[in-house]
Formats: sequence, C-alpha cells, structure tokens
Amino acid sequence: MLTRLAPENEAELTDLLERCHAAARDNSVPGKDSLPEGFSGTIGHFPVYFPEEIAHAGGLLPVNILGGGNKLELKHADARMGSFVCSICRSTTELGLNGTLQDLTGFVTHPICDAAKHLAGIWSRNLPEQLAQILYLPQNVNSRGATRYIAAEYQRLRADLERKVGHVISDEALRRSIRIYNENRRLLRELYAIRRDEPWKVSCAESYLLMRAGTRMPREEHNAILDQAIDLIRHRSLPAQDKPRVVFLGGFCEQPPLEMLETIDDACFVVDDDLLVGLRWFTQDVPESGDPVWALAESFVERSAASPVQHDERKTKEGYLMEMMRSSKADAAILTAAKFCEPGLDEQLAWSKHLDQAGIQYLVLEFEEKMTSFEQMAMQVETFAESLLFALA
Amino acid sequence: MTTEILEAAPAGTVAAADFDPRVEGQRLIKDWYAGLAEAPRRGQHVANVFVMGNAVEILRAFDFQLVFPEINSLQTGVRKASGEYIRLSEDYGMSPDVCSYVKADVGLMLKENEHPVGRIPKAHLAIASNMCSTFIKWAEIWERWLKVPTFVLDLPGQRATNWRVRPGDAQHAADSRWVEAQFRDLIEKCEKITGKRFDIDRLAEVEERVNQMVFHWNNVMALNRMCPAPYNAMLDGLTYIGIMNVYRGAPEGVEFMRRLERQLKAKVARGEGRVAEERFRLLFSGTPCYVSMRRLVELFETWGGVFAYSDYLTFAAGGMDAGELVYDTSRPLESLAEITALAAQRGLSNQFFAHERLEQQIRDYAVDGIVFHGIKSCRFVSSGMADTRDYLNKRLAVPSLYIESDLIDPRYWSDAQIKNRVDAFFEALNQRGVPPPGDRKTIAAEAGRAA
Ligand code: SF4
Ligand code: SF4
Repeated sequence: MLTRLAPENEAELTDLLERCHAAARDNSVPGKDSLPEGFSGTIGHFPVYFPEEIAHAGGLLPVNILGGGNKLELKHADARMGSFVCSICRSTTELGLNGTLQDLTGFVTHPICDAAKHLAGIWSRNLPEQLAQILYLPQNVNSRGATRYIAAEYQRLRADLERKVGHVISDEALRRSIRIYNENRRLLRELYAIRRDEPWKVSCAESYLLMRAGTRMPREEHNAILDQAIDLIRHRSLPAQDKPRVVFLGGFCEQPPLEMLETIDDACFVVDDDLLVGLRWFTQDVPESGDPVWALAESFVERSAASPVQHDERKTKEGYLMEMMRSSKADAAILTAAKFCEPGLDEQLAWSKHLDQAGIQYLVLEFEEKMTSFEQMAMQVETFAESLLFALA
Repeated sequence: MTTEILEAAPAGTVAAADFDPRVEGQRLIKDWYAGLAEAPRRGQHVANVFVMGNAVEILRAFDFQLVFPEINSLQTGVRKASGEYIRLSEDYGMSPDVCSYVKADVGLMLKENEHPVGRIPKAHLAIASNMCSTFIKWAEIWERWLKVPTFVLDLPGQRATNWRVRPGDAQHAADSRWVEAQFRDLIEKCEKITGKRFDIDRLAEVEERVNQMVFHWNNVMALNRMCPAPYNAMLDGLTYIGIMNVYRGAPEGVEFMRRLERQLKAKVARGEGRVAEERFRLLFSGTPCYVSMRRLVELFETWGGVFAYSDYLTFAAGGMDAGELVYDTSRPLESLAEITALAAQRGLSNQFFAHERLEQQIRDYAVDGIVFHGIKSCRFVSSGMADTRDYLNKRLAVPSLYIESDLIDPRYWSDAQIKNRVDAFFEALNQRGVPPPGDRKTIAAEAGRAA
C-alpha cells in the first residue's frame, strides 16, 4: 500500500494538477520505447465504457481516446467524415490519419451510437495493422442471457488480445487488475464525495483533471496520484463561498473543454457530474474472487452507472438525473450536449422537460470540444447562478 | 421505401402485362394503413417496429398489427408534409441536428397521431433494435411520452474487418444463444400484453412464408444483374422493399414477391430495361431523399443512368437478402435466433464495414460508378461514407459521386447544386467511356452466375 503523504501546501497540489493538465493536453500515445514498465503495447478505446482490466492484465496499456480537444487542427478528417458528425469522432479520425495514434496496438469502439460504430470501419481501412474492432456491449442488459453474452464477448476480446501479445492472460492476472481498478474506483468515489460534501475544496475542473490523468497511465500510478491529491484536498483550507449547487450532465462522451468547466466553476459548485463516467461505470467493487471475466460481465449488468447511450429498463434517464440531484443535494442542473450528438441532444430535451414538470431550475448549454470562446457562456452561467441564488435566498 | 406507392405512377415506364408492381404495391400499402386505422376497433394489439431487427415473425405469431414509424415518417416526406411535422417538433424543442424521421414522428405525436394517410393507432408494445442506435432513443421517447412498453433487441454485428462468421461456428453459436434468450423474454412479454399463449406452429407458418418471400426477393435482386436492368433499384426497389418489410411473413407478401419475380423475368426475356437506353449502370449507397425522390432519379435517368443496385435494399430489410438465410421450420425458435443473428450482421456490415460489401456489389452488378448519398440527419448511413468512398477510389478506381441532402427535411435539398454535381459526374463517365451494350450484357450475366 502507499504511504499517505502529509499535506504540505497548496503548491504541491498545484504541481500535481499541472502534471495532470499536461497529460490531458497530450494526445499522443506512448510508442514501444516509452511504454511504462510491464506493458508491451497500448489499447486505445473510445468512450463510454471499456473493460480495461482485460487489456491491463495482458500488459497492454489502456488509453482512453478522448478526441483532440480545442488545439487540434483538422487537416484530413473533414474530407473523410460527413459534416454532421460530432467533433470527437472527427478529431479521433484526424488523430488516426495524422499519425498521432499510429503506435496503438489496437483501437476498440462500442455501439454507443452510429457515429462511434463507424470508427471501427474507418480504422480498419486506414490503419489496417492495428486490431480495430467494435466491442458489442449489449443495449439490452435486462434479458436473462445478458451476463452470459457479455462474458462470451469479453472472452473473445481476451483471446484477440492474447494473440496480439503472444501469451495467455491468466485469471490470476485479471484478478490482480480488478483489484487495482477497484482501488481506483474507490478513490474516485472518495473524490466525488468531497465534491458533494465540501465542494469548496475541489472544483469540477480540478477533479476532472485528476480523473482524466488516469486515462493514459497505468492505474497503479494513477492510484498513487489520486491518493496524494485527495489527502492534499482534504487538508485544503479554502473558505466556503456563496454559490449554488448544481449537477453537470452531458459529458459522458465528447469532452467539454476545460475552460468550459472552469467557467461553470466560477459561478457554481458542481456537486456531481457525468464526466468520464466510463471510468466510474461500476458503482461498487467488482468481485475479486471467482471467475474474473464473469465478475466483470456481471458488474456491467448489476452494478453499473447510467448514461444516455445505455438502455436499461431499470434506470430511466429522468430517474438517474433526479437521483444524482437528490444524493448530491443539488439546487439545479446544467444540461449540456455536444453538437451533433444525437443521444445527448435527445436526452437534454427529455431532462429539461422533466425538470420543467418538477419545477427545478436548469440551464441548457451546447458545446463542442473544439470551442475556444467562452465569454457568452460565462454570461449565461453567471445569470443563471445569480437567479438561483436569488431564488434560494 | 414505398415512395412510389402513394404517389401517382409516373409516365413513360414500361407497361407490365398482367401485374403492375407499382399499382399492386400502392394497393397493399393502402390496405395496410386502413388496417392500422381499424386496429383499435377490432381490439387488435399494435406494435411499433423498425425495419431492421424487429422480430416481426414473433409479433405476427401473436397477431400484432404492425406500425412502422420510419415508413410513417418517410410518407410525410413523400406527401410533402414533412416540413410541417419537423417544424412542430423543433418548436417543441427538438434539435435541428437529430434524425428527421424521429422529428417527423414527434410532430405526429404532437398532432395527436393524425398522419396524412390516416390515424395511426397507439402501440401496446415497441421493439427497438440496436441496429441503428437512434432506434433506441426513438423508442425511449415513446416509452416516456406514451408509456409504451419497450423491448430493445440487441443484435451483435460484425466486430472487425474480414469477420467471417459461419452458421454453427462458436461465434455464431454464442451470438445466437444471446438472441434466443432475448426472444424468449420477448415472447413472455407478448404473452402478458396480449393474454395469448405463444403458438410455435404459428411461428413456423410465418417463417415458411418469410422463406418464400426471401427466395423470390433474392431472385428479384439477381435479375437486376442483367443488362439492361429491368428496374431501378433506388426507385422501384423502394416499393419492393416496402412490401418486404410491411408484409414480411404475410400471405400477401409472398404473392407480391412471386408475381414480381415473374413479371421481371418476363421483362428480362423481352430485353426491356427500366430506361429506354441504358448507358450507365450505377450503385446507390445510402438512403434516398424522399421529398425529392422523383427529381433525384430523373437527374440520373436523363443521362441513361440506372441504379442496378442499392445497398439500401440489403440493410433496410435487416440483412435478409442472402439466399442461405433460410429458416429451419422444424426448430422455429432456435432457427429464428440463428438466422436473425446472421442477418443482423449482414445488415450492420453494410454500414459499419461498408467497403467490404460495396466491393462485392460493384462486381455483382457490373456497375460503372457509385453514387453516395450522405444524409444530414442519419449518422447510421453517413458517418463512414466519405472515408469508404476514398478507400474504394484508391483500390478499385470506380468513379463515384458524393451528394448530400436529407431523408425528408426539405431544407437540405439544393437542386441546382446537386444537378451540377450529377451532370459533372456523367460528363466524366462519358469521357471515360463504357463498354458497348453487347459486352455489358455478358459482364452482368457472368457476374450473376459467378455470385
Ligand atoms: S459525442 Fe455523442 S454522437 Fe459523438 S460519439 Fe459520443 S455519443 Fe456518439
Ligand atoms: S438515424 Fe438513419 S437509420 Fe436511424 S432511424 Fe434515423 S434515418 Fe433511420
């Protein structure tokens, strides 16, 4: 186990956050020579959820492919993707075509939406040497055969990765990875608990950066960072400010620019969100004993979060929004959607109609990962926050 | 599909001796809509289904009346009423950037189900598959607004390029098991909703009729490998596939397909083509633009260009276009799962690994060029299209054209721009030169034999 570092000062946390920020700005993936110890390659995976443990256990570093952010210039993708496709798909294509992701061993996408499914075809046509595929996670988790089917799909993936790395991925290695990832998810739950209980201690943008750092480094290393950061955050002595408590939704796939999150932080306490929800997909620990593949498959069905791109009869979209608001004691919601993201836009409307009925205030924002100007958004958020404070006074 | 069905038949097409598929198709679709309006009075249960991945065989065994919301939406386009329905939904708050079929349907709900062709009954059950992800979001709207119980049928597709799944292999067995488990749940759900016991013999009867329809359907498609092509896959083909979907497993569907095949065979024997002088054989990739359908076809046919094939004919029937996909009616449920798993993969492959299927279709139909039609609001057909085109251009050097509009949103049809592009495409084809008609007959026939 790690030794908990004593909190030193704010500067230490700032340094840590700066490291995370640098990692978030870097779209490249480690090549053969720069891989962390114990890894022989990388598996890039598209949002939302991917069973990273399987790749991790095989010595393939899981790398979340999260688009190109707002610094990437598209030179190839515009000619290869229809003009009505969301930014993350376009920029991911660009990163594939411009060579940034050429060192990936494989690239896996999911049936979250049709644009995302097409990435597997684009990859296989342009980067044929990589293992490009769709992991068919089911949209029907309510049928009795779901766990068995997912387990079979994971075994298929496991066999494909074994062929790629040239050795067996043992159950023991898988159980070890599950333990490491359980620890990671526990730390993220802790971080979110601070957001909920003492939101003045850590902003949404800071927590996002800390979380995002895990998307391209071994989870062992990320656990150490989180452990250290949480300790520092807990001992932070920042005054509680007068800001409304809001939840942020719509960040489950395409990434809102950091500046957008900072803009919201300036006016509100974001006490819960769905940013990078795939990293927190399991709401409880995955069983660490028994058949590890079954444990992962069963967790997908029985102990998972919710998103606009996963159908589950047990979790209505309004239901999980209201539960999120209730458990985080939020006053209002910020409902966002990425431009051209069909599932996100559909959900945004459903949520807003529901909040209308429930008499809960909300703000609707549309974003694109590539946006660079936030003045107008800042004004909207400030006005919203003021009206909330006025209503709550 | 079914564009022509509710429009007047165009002038100048080849007269059919005893069977006019256009007229007959029109009658069948009218009957179907009349049946929908009657369903509540008859106390019949109603199910909303999509054209891809819909378990129609099971629903028919329970006597469900079928509503195809996609067809309702496209019919608003054919009837030039889609603009109004779309506007209603956008006023309600729907984004301009989502599928226009969904928006037309939300407009329909806002108009209390008053459709240009009549009143659409409220569903007792909705089945959405994951074949197009938008189906699921669409069904969630019904679930929320209309409280319609929804069943999402999850059909695993092609995972990677060069994916070969053969009946009975381990992968197919795993996928079929999953589909069968879902069918068993669906059957329970249907039993609860209808209060009827599931009758496996009824399922076998329906399957037998689907087998017959698919048999004729495959022959119909193969007939267009002949030169001249007896029908336009993008225009006439839509009527045919409309019947394939709406009457799948119904006696009227079998009869239509049987007579259609006979009529087309006679046409081929007489050497009649869809266009008076077939100069270019084309492949259409994507979905049509229903608001400007006739115009789109006219732009090509005035140059002597005929669509010998359209990939729409494969994926819009959920992939049931392959001769080997025949139900074994001695084990109706297991076979339904096995064939559904295979058919869904075919249907999905058409989009997500489109280059593989298009390469095959280019050869099978001996086409001179491909027309890609990007649809603004349909990411299912459009997202990978430009890249597929680039890939095929580099590999096969088949001339291609890319145009963009929408399914039913009239705001995205730009006539002058599309005409310019079509004209330029044909001028390039002309310059390139095509084989003389005599040779082409041989090419197409050989391609047909080889397949
Ligand atoms: S942002 Fe939306 S449309 Fe784009 S890939 Fe993600 S879920 Fe699909
Ligand atoms: S997105 Fe395309 S395939 Fe899906 S429902 Fe809309 S039109 Fe049909």
